[in-house]
Amino acid sequence: MTPASDHPEPDAVGELPARFLRWFEARGWAPRAHQLELLAKARAGRSTLLIAPTGAGKTLAGFLPSLVELSEGRNGPSRLHTLYISPLKALAVDVARNLERPAAEMGLPIRIETRTGDTPASRRQRQRRDPPDILLTTPEQIALLLASADAPHLFGGLTRIVLDELHALAGSKRGDLLALGLARLRALAPHVQTVGLSATVADPDTLRRWLVPQPSGEHAMGDLVVAPAGAAADLSMLDTARHLPWAGHSALHALGEMYRLITQQTTTLVFVNTRMQAELLFQELWKINELNLPIALHHGSLDVSQRRRVEAAMAEGRLKAVVCTSSLDLGIDWGNVDLVINVGAPKGSSRLMQRIGRANHRLDEPSRAVMVPANRFEVLECRAALEAVAAGAQDAKVERSGALDVLAQHVLGMACAGPFHLDELHREVTTAEPYALLSYEDFEAVVDFVATGGYALRAYERFARIRRMKDGRWRVANPAVAQQYRLNVGTIVEASMLKVRLVKAGRGGRARMGGRVLGEVEEYFVETMSPGDTFVFAGEVLEYQAIVEEEVQVVRSSSTDPKVPSYAGGKFPLSTYLAAGVRSMLASPDRWPTLPEQVADWLGMQRLRSRLPGREDLLVETFPRGGRHYLVAYPFEGRLAHQTLGMLLTRRLERARLRPLGFVANDYALAVYGISDISLAVAQGRLDLAELFDADMLGDDLEAWLAESALMKRTFRQCAIIAGLIERRFPGKEKNARQVTMSSDLVYDVLRSHEPGHVLLRAARQDAATGLLDIRRLSDMLNRIAGRIDHVPLDRVSPLAVPVMLEIGREAVFGEAAEALLAETEAELIEEAMGAGR
Amino acid sequence: MLADECSVVDDESRGREAEDRIALAGAELVLDPFGAVYLPAERALIVADLHLEKGSAFAARGVPLPPYDSRATLALLARLVERWRPRVLVLLGDTLHDRRAGARLGEVERAALAALSRGRELVFIAGNHDPDPVPELGGIHLAALNLGSLVLRHEPGAVGDGEGELSGHYHPVARLVRRGRAIRRRCFAGDARRLVLPALGAYAGGLNIRDPALAALFAGPYTAYLTGPVRTYRIAHHACVPDGRQLAG
Repeated sequence: MTPASDHPEPDAVGELPARFLRWFEARGWAPRAHQLELLAKARAGRSTLLIAPTGAGKTLAGFLPSLVELSEGRNGPSRLHTLYISPLKALAVDVARNLERPAAEMGLPIRIETRTGDTPASRRQRQRRDPPDILLTTPEQIALLLASADAPHLFGGLTRIVLDELHALAGSKRGDLLALGLARLRALAPHVQTVGLSATVADPDTLRRWLVPQPSGEHAMGDLVVAPAGAAADLSMLDTARHLPWAGHSALHALGEMYRLITQQTTTLVFVNTRMQAELLFQELWKINELNLPIALHHGSLDVSQRRRVEAAMAEGRLKAVVCTSSLDLGIDWGNVDLVINVGAPKGSSRLMQRIGRANHRLDEPSRAVMVPANRFEVLECRAALEAVAAGAQDAKVERSGALDVLAQHVLGMACAGPFHLDELHREVTTAEPYALLSYEDFEAVVDFVATGGYALRAYERFARIRRMKDGRWRVANPAVAQQYRLNVGTIVEASMLKVRLVKAGRGGRARMGGRVLGEVEEYFVETMSPGDTFVFAGEVLEYQAIVEEEVQVVRSSSTDPKVPSYAGGKFPLSTYLAAGVRSMLASPDRWPTLPEQVADWLGMQRLRSRLPGREDLLVETFPRGGRHYLVAYPFEGRLAHQTLGMLLTRRLERARLRPLGFVANDYALAVYGISDISLAVAQGRLDLAELFDADMLGDDLEAWLAESALMKRTFRQCAIIAGLIERRFPGKEKNARQVTMSSDLVYDVLRSHEPGHVLLRAARQDAATGLLDIRRLSDMLNRIAGRIDHVPLDRVSPLAVPVMLEIGREAVFGEAAEALLAETEAELIEEAMGAGR
Repeated sequence: MLADECSVVDDESRGREAEDRIALAGAELVLDPFGAVYLPAERALIVADLHLEKGSAFAARGVPLPPYDSRATLALLARLVERWRPRVLVLLGDTLHDRRAGARLGEVERAALAALSRGRELVFIAGNHDPDPVPELGGIHLAALNLGSLVLRHEPGAVGDGEGELSGHYHPVARLVRRGRAIRRRCFAGDARRLVLPALGAYAGGLNIRDPALAALFAGPYTAYLTGPVRTYRIAHHACVPDGRQLAG
């Protein structure tokens, strides 16, 4: 670790050429210590990770060594000197603009260009032939550039790679793709230096390993420069005078208080956790917007042009507030934001800190942020988050190894670039941090998959996509394969989105074409709707009409009470770190006095009526209510792990003939309900809770469930698309391109029953462990609570159980209920028909 | 009770009590919940749209889908034959996914087909994917087949008075939305004159029964018989919901 002081040594400043010094002085600025330190690292030939808060001149620090070198004329003509890679296209464009200015003001002879999906084809071609000095781009564009035969020419003279927002990319599939690209870039330009730019993270060493090639069997790390932290954030929790809701996430009880805060600031960013909450809150704010303040809406499902308009208005300082989701967690700096309101639970301390940092980009003044908990559990979570932020505690990222589906995509890309030797490519790939431990066998299996699908039944040798030549190298079988690769590049699978088009209700209730596109929604959301259902989207209550040619047609609804309650887009589970904070708060009554009175009373009642969840125990309550019997458990492991647990528990209870009907889950607890008396079954020894919660449920029960789980099928579909087994769907192009797509569910069923060990199923399982099914977290929990189940049979619902019980009827009910639902529908229809006849 | 429904899912013997028997043009039909029709009077088992070797057709254009679709489909068919022990087995067209699919069939699959034809009559009805007979697969090859008052053909056509029709081609599926859950299943679609069978092929996609192309086959109300692990579910067409998109067959 290399600590940096804010006051640079005089000789460090001396490293800076005179025209740079003059430029700083002309602005009344002084180069910051970490900026100079990065310059020194570059001179010493070291790859370096810079951790700096927002507003610390991080981007300039990353580019300073390149600007200095380029100012000294150390780059030949038509030679790419520096590559900048950002997770956001918009950020690349913005950084290019911010770089143009100092370059122009200092009169540096530097060509700076961006390359994104929006760059015209002619310019892209020219960039290959005659590259700029500095190219700013995204991981997908790097993959495309590397998959061509002219990559060695383009990147051979590369001196430096700047990776922006590295913390946001590492640990994701997009990060895997970038890491593999880096490995190839380093092979093409062995002396290239890497600079990683990152916000504060729990484990900087992982990011440091990203920056240098990993030697086999050991770790190597780049150097580390940590800029001093800015002023501590001014973070508080809104304590409401109103009644605190038991459940729900919209915090409408505090609407007036939030509006007042907005009126008092120049510009406020209002963060919420889901697109649905954004829609709701936006609507409600406008209902009370007596001053007609310019308040806008921004989330990932809105039409791109609409989002760009909001961003532009923000940049020009024309907005008073924006209600947004994680769509604005990262992005262009807006200097005028002076308050962040985080509505609902923060879910993780790192995300919260990132959001807080969006307010006030001046380093020496504190960022101001207010958390608005929407229910009682969220108060506990916000309190835990306050402590985490005060301590600067970041969420640890879940350890994971590079995804095999992404590797498959990369291998095909490398074959498109030129023939490769198996062991050479394996060696290159394992220099990438996420793939450092990739075994040769797994690598071979992936190459085999790329060639012929990698099936035990060798049926497709003659249809191979890549083939082994006489000299042992592998190359693409035909040019069509390269074309296929280019269409499939990238790890973001969004083909299951459908456009939402607002149409006018025509005569006879028939919708007409030609309205405005409002944005996109997930296909699976639409699948649960019937024509006539209403939902909130793009700030309006809409009525679903039909799907016509890949588009969801909607009309404006006169209803103010949307029928479809939840639109799941973009929910995050509670982080392990905050969960531990909440658990510890519950177990320490001496700390309750710091909580709002309503919350402390609630916990006091729980202590009286039932018991409090212990720090390490699993509290399980069973009680009857309204003719049904309930089992409520409090694992605090996040909604995803709870959903998986709920699925498995219902299966087991069914087998024990305890007739479960369904379950609901939130971030803190889950409730299973059914017909049989669970308390009685435990008392009579017919049900052993230790057995019910035994970790062996992750064996056969999990396997049996995965066979039919819709979430698992969705996980598999994403892997299959990334790996190139299922072709991406390009909405609107199906007809002319004669694109016939295959249902990935059918493929999953066949593959699972005939070759359960196939590499793609392994990739999907690996995803399921940390993704939609969060199996790893569930497994950790089950092992932790073995022998520590605290069962409390009650005669009525406990205070702590109320929030999750309120989710019943609000959230979709899970369970293996398909057959039962069908039988029920059939019986109802018969009843209807018979009734009509009578 | 709902829970009781769930607990019999694996109990095949009880499921057989729930077989759907319907009448079509005076003939009695049994709908097997896996998607086949059995005619007790003729001891005939009828299945549609196997689309054998669809996987290898995709592989040939660079999409190597798992090569197990044909054997999965034939294994299901073998199970149906085992259950009904028919005298006649009718494959209602699009048995092979394309004209060259017969040549791509592996040995295991050929043997499975041969085993199915042993001791019974195997009838291939021509489909639009496989219009020409493939003699080396055995059996007899017909454009259509009349069994009593029933006509069996691949694509639905005009149905005469007093006649009933069994067809395939459309791969009907039905979608229900209930309590926030969407359920999409292969199904039979029928009225008093015709019955369209679901596709049996492991890789055969589906067309929603509310799609205009399928709905146009029926003059009035029609019924979907949804397939299931144990029994079929009889749902009126108007209770089924149209689809977001269709997957090509």
